[in-house]
Amino acid sequence: MVNIEIDGKALSVAEGSTIIDAADAAGIYIPRFCYHKKLSIAANCRMCLVEVVKVPKPMPACVTPVVEGMNVQTRSLKAIAAQKAVMEFMLINHPLDCPICDQGGECQLQDLAVGFGASASRYHEEKRVVLNKDIGPLISTDMTRCIHCTRCVRFGQEVGGIMEMGQVGRGEHSEITPFLGHAIESELSGNMIDLCPVGALTSKPFRYAARSWELRRAPSVSPHDGLGSNIEIQSKNGRVVRVLPRSNDAINECWLSDRERFSYEGLHAADRLQRPMIKQNDVWRECDWQYALDFAAQALPAVKDKRGATEIGALGTPHATVEELYLLQKLTRALGSDNIDFRLRQSDFRTDDALHGAPWLGMPITEVAELGSVLLVGTALRADHPLLALRLRHAAMRGARISLVNPLDDNLLMPLVAKSIVAPAAMVQALEQVRRALAGEPDDAVAHAIANTFNRGGRKAVLLGNLAQHHPHFAELHSVAQQIAELSGARLGFLGEAANSVGGYLAGAIPRAGGMNAGAMLTAAPKAMILLGVEPERDSANAAQSIAALHGADLVVALSAYKSAALLETADVLLPIVPFSETSGSFVSTEGRVQSFAAAVKPLGEARPAWKVLRVLGNLLNVPDCAFESSEQVRAEALGDGIVAEGRLDNRLKTIKAIVPVTAPGLQRIGDVAPYQTDAIVRRATALQKTHAAQIRAWMNGALLAKLSVADGDMLKVSQGEGSATLMAGRDDKLPDDCVRVAAGHPLTANLGGLFDEIKVERAILNV
Amino acid sequence: MANEVIFHSIHLPESWKLENYLKVGGFDALKKVIAEQMPAEEIINQVKISALRGRGGAGFPTGLKWSFMPRQFPGDKYVVCNTDEGEPGTFKDKDIIRYNPHQLIEGMVIAGYTLGAVAGYNYIHGEIFECFERFEAALEEARAANLLGKNILGSGWDFDIHAHHGYGAYVCGEETALLESIEGKKGQPRFKPPFPASFGLYGKPTTINNTETLASIPYIVKHGGQKFLELGKPNNGGTKIFSVSGHVAKPGNYEIGMGTPFKELLAMAGGIKDGRKLKAVIPGGSSVPVVPGEIMMDVTMDYDSISKAGSYLGAGSVIVMDETVCMVKALERLSYFYFEESCGQCTPCREGAGWLYRVIQRIEHGQGRAEDLALLESVAGNIMGRTICALGDAAAMPVQGMLKHYRNEFEYHIKHGKCMVNGG
Amino acid sequence: MLSPAALTEIDREVAKYPPLRKQSAVMSALRIAQIELGWLSPETIEYVANYLEIPAIAAWEVATFYNMYELKPVGKYKLSVCTNLPCTLMGAESAVEYLQRKLGIGFNETTPDGKFSLKMSECMGSCGEGPLLTINNHKMKVRLTPEVIDEILAGLE
Ligand SMILES: Cc1cc2nc3c(=O)[nH]c(=O)nc-3n(C[C@H](O)[C@H](O)[C@H](O)COP(=O)(O)O)c2cc1C
Ligand code: SF4
Ligand code: FES
Repeated sequence: MVNIEIDGKALSVAEGSTIIDAADAAGIYIPRFCYHKKLSIAANCRMCLVEVVKVPKPMPACVTPVVEGMNVQTRSLKAIAAQKAVMEFMLINHPLDCPICDQGGECQLQDLAVGFGASASRYHEEKRVVLNKDIGPLISTDMTRCIHCTRCVRFGQEVGGIMEMGQVGRGEHSEITPFLGHAIESELSGNMIDLCPVGALTSKPFRYAARSWELRRAPSVSPHDGLGSNIEIQSKNGRVVRVLPRSNDAINECWLSDRERFSYEGLHAADRLQRPMIKQNDVWRECDWQYALDFAAQALPAVKDKRGATEIGALGTPHATVEELYLLQKLTRALGSDNIDFRLRQSDFRTDDALHGAPWLGMPITEVAELGSVLLVGTALRADHPLLALRLRHAAMRGARISLVNPLDDNLLMPLVAKSIVAPAAMVQALEQVRRALAGEPDDAVAHAIANTFNRGGRKAVLLGNLAQHHPHFAELHSVAQQIAELSGARLGFLGEAANSVGGYLAGAIPRAGGMNAGAMLTAAPKAMILLGVEPERDSANAAQSIAALHGADLVVALSAYKSAALLETADVLLPIVPFSETSGSFVSTEGRVQSFAAAVKPLGEARPAWKVLRVLGNLLNVPDCAFESSEQVRAEALGDGIVAEGRLDNRLKTIKAIVPVTAPGLQRIGDVAPYQTDAIVRRATALQKTHAAQIRAWMNGALLAKLSVADGDMLKVSQGEGSATLMAGRDDKLPDDCVRVAAGHPLTANLGGLFDEIKVERAILNV
Repeated sequence: MANEVIFHSIHLPESWKLENYLKVGGFDALKKVIAEQMPAEEIINQVKISALRGRGGAGFPTGLKWSFMPRQFPGDKYVVCNTDEGEPGTFKDKDIIRYNPHQLIEGMVIAGYTLGAVAGYNYIHGEIFECFERFEAALEEARAANLLGKNILGSGWDFDIHAHHGYGAYVCGEETALLESIEGKKGQPRFKPPFPASFGLYGKPTTINNTETLASIPYIVKHGGQKFLELGKPNNGGTKIFSVSGHVAKPGNYEIGMGTPFKELLAMAGGIKDGRKLKAVIPGGSSVPVVPGEIMMDVTMDYDSISKAGSYLGAGSVIVMDETVCMVKALERLSYFYFEESCGQCTPCREGAGWLYRVIQRIEHGQGRAEDLALLESVAGNIMGRTICALGDAAAMPVQGMLKHYRNEFEYHIKHGKCMVNGG
Repeated sequence: MLSPAALTEIDREVAKYPPLRKQSAVMSALRIAQIELGWLSPETIEYVANYLEIPAIAAWEVATFYNMYELKPVGKYKLSVCTNLPCTLMGAESAVEYLQRKLGIGFNETTPDGKFSLKMSECMGSCGEGPLLTINNHKMKVRLTPEVIDEILAGLE
């Protein structure tokens, strides 16, 4: 500790900290633009100049280290003079167009200019004008407003993992821009908007939507992946117009992925379901709640009476709240059925009876950045878990050895020590090789290299991603991964796919007494199905099959926020529920953290929170103990005090599945989920759909293109069973042989089959 | 006592060839260091005794700078030579690598030996590309003669030097911008501290010296620091190359003892051209304040005397101006230079240099305003001492100097919209 | 895009620097590319960046920061005349006038036959020999007088 004084306040601060650290800690504000606690120090804006007594020049507080006995004056004449002078330089070439600037009201330059700017400008020369750049559908630019703080440049280099923005040119003519004509591709790009202290980089979807002082702000939690990122939902006149991160160093730090930031556009999609609807002799008509609920309350017991309770089933989504999933299973079980699940994209449930507890990350999120050795298994990491990818990137920067067993070899923007890129059908074997290498049994070179990444100290982990969890041999992958973890002293973890991938287990939304799981129900559905927020053709492991299954049901009661196509096809009654932004509820994140939130805006039209709808339905069905008055009461019953009990989270299997040899199909599909099709809300977010990442293709390596005598860019017909899709061929030589990467969740692929099943490819006959 | 230290071989034809450098005792110093296995401390001590001060402009004592280098630090360390000479009026380092490249190589090798470096880089101003090529050729000669590269003179010690060229950016003469440039980035200076001695090239301990500084080392090692000191005067040791340009009959480089009267230097340079009268001198390169001729005539050419005259010796770049020079026009050109060369990183320089230039340009073109001179002084003052590197100061100082000594010319321009010196 | 000879030359530059420090060679690489292709198009810069395995924008930053790189096509012979103060004191202005009159172009212009371009340049660190110019960056001609200039132009085919 060193003792210093700032503005007369005696402070004792940590060795090596800067003046600005010390001042911030002591609540003394020093103006700044280029300094940001999560970025390297550039010290280029000079706004933070302060007086250090006995030092002739004013010193930049952001980079000047404290020394014993230092006496800092942030408000002395000398300091103020320096700060005012810098502010004047900042403003001479700034357009001062605050009235039409989206940053207006939340602009650091504007705020400080009020404090430090002179009333009249002494600058009578010509002002600089900078051409705007089109850098993609998410960020709009007004580069004349740029103050060259280079935060966005440093973000790319240090956080995004790839330098996309740069400062080109020199001196007064220098400009911040991406490479000529390049759009920003980072899945974290939106953070540059937050980092930009002025209105140079602003949100395109938010453009001109509102002035900051008109906004209502509500804290919430993002539902799109398992992280549980803390967000602030901003609305104007009951409509969500922007989502920003809430800083939480234990979860998302100050960042958000683009999916979490821009998905809100889907909340007000044109096909939001606003009134109950009922299908009578194949015609849909709107009806009132009473009518719709009565229908369901009569139809469900009727099926039970005729066919027995086992002919009733219920499916929720992992994006639903704990309260919703809890009531869904309570109601289903009250009807006497154990057919309940939420793991819609999982296809292998053979470990269900061997689970000790709910599969989870296996460690706190913050520990991911501290790992020393990591084996990633079956993941489209950057697309599925953008911010966990960031934590791993930081681990890699600190020297962590990261390896990969995967069918995909996308650029993770972090160094990989070793990787085994194989077809889905070969993944179990590839992983088994690693186990053998660790066990000292004969093995192959790659497996050996992967195994070697573990033979050093430090924290270790084996992490199974979405592809592994959706894999038809998930049981074997889990089993081998567990053995690898035991052999190497690593933690075993699962990267949670959705907001409640963990919470669904804790809410009891899984079969307990031999009931049907999601896979079974979506293969041969019970006669009566209750769907909670499910879009079967987009959310399940086998799109075509799940539609067929639902067609086979006599009764489908669908609670949904949207009039989605497949529901209009298969359902009998549609009950309008609201998305997370319009209800209170809770998510249990992939690290087992329970986070509850209140509604940010009122329900749209006659739509109602699903927990209320389920409660009413429960009452109509005489479900005992169903008189909940608040979602908090539901949560209390579901989770007790709201803290996840030790032991309820556990990745270990009681019994290890033996490996059965897998025969590879001719051509195998690699069915990852398109990054902006993960759930009902995201897939309706228009700006995200315009990004490069949203465009899907039938990807395969050059060898396979040649074998099929088609070329990159050709239109192809890919088919699985009855279903087919017309997609453009894409070449990715990093894909394994005889594999075709065709993303799921996308409208174009909504009637294909299993995510990792055989797939046929032929040249499309375009009837022009 | 001219051409004692650096240009001592300049009379020879093809003085830049190794064979000719060897004829005048070249590489004796290195051979001595290797043969006697001179301890680094001893070498640094001789450099301290010599009172050699950095010839790049800042005049920092070289022996002291060398003592900052953490020799014991494990891992790579570097020696970097600064031949990015681009300060208007400066052209001495060019002639060093043009006429005596091997003496610089010898100096760099000795520096590498003394500072425990693995390699050296010489950063050469892009516009003198022919000299860059000549220096690379000299490196080849030295390698072939085992004076450079692996197992130097059988000592078992390896040290190599590479040439890196600039490509048109004055700011890269600033030592940390230069390091960034060698790393393949824009030449944007780094904030100091940390200084290169602890965080330099590729983040490794690095010592950066000017070409003339390093080229003086062999003499000091060979003849001892004392002898070098005696060539100049106390605290201003050795000879110094002065680059004389502008209105003199014989512009060029003159290596003379520190402390030589300006009068003598001017005489050597053939006096003022065409018998005109001396008006003013910029004694240390475009960045330093101008000094009126009459004051200059009583100055001796060393750090102390010139500071007394209110300016700096800088890199010893003497720009001589006769009575026909309009100071407004002269300043306009200099201000344009700093506006053009600002790296654009920090606000006061990026925005202020252009502001200064535009106002001076207006005055020069008859659109001056009464309040402009006060504005210029204020803006220059607001840049001074508030930037990352000294280019900001360099942009401000000429303005302050000119307004101090020739304010009347500026006022005349503003009042009459034309030039006081030559009408137009 | 670049000839094998050019690539070998770039490799020679890369070898000057420690392994994993390929970026250090970007200035030479761009210089070599410019000599071969006359100027640096965005495609060329991206190619060089890929060759050195650095982000395209990083190479773009360098190409735009150092002003001896040409980001637009120039004439077969680019004449850059130093106009800084020392050179001006020593006659740069009349040299420039003479050049412009003879070539019929101003600064940043190219003769209709595409043979000559004129550039105004900053200090070249050779003031003692001013006024002066460089031909295509790498060849310097000093002490410019009308006679010297005529000779230079006559010598450029
Ligand atoms: C804008 C600017 C330009 C500079 N140009 C040069 C230069 O061309 N040559 C040089 O040796 N030093 C130059 N310097 C000084 C260097 O930063 C550094 O002090 C010097 O190279 C150290 O070597 P020395 O101690 O031997 O003088 C410049 C400094 C600044 C701020
Ligand atoms: S003072 Fe000028 S040249 Fe130096 S770092 Fe700042 S902007 Fe760049
Ligand atoms: S001013 Fe022209 S070369 Fe120095």
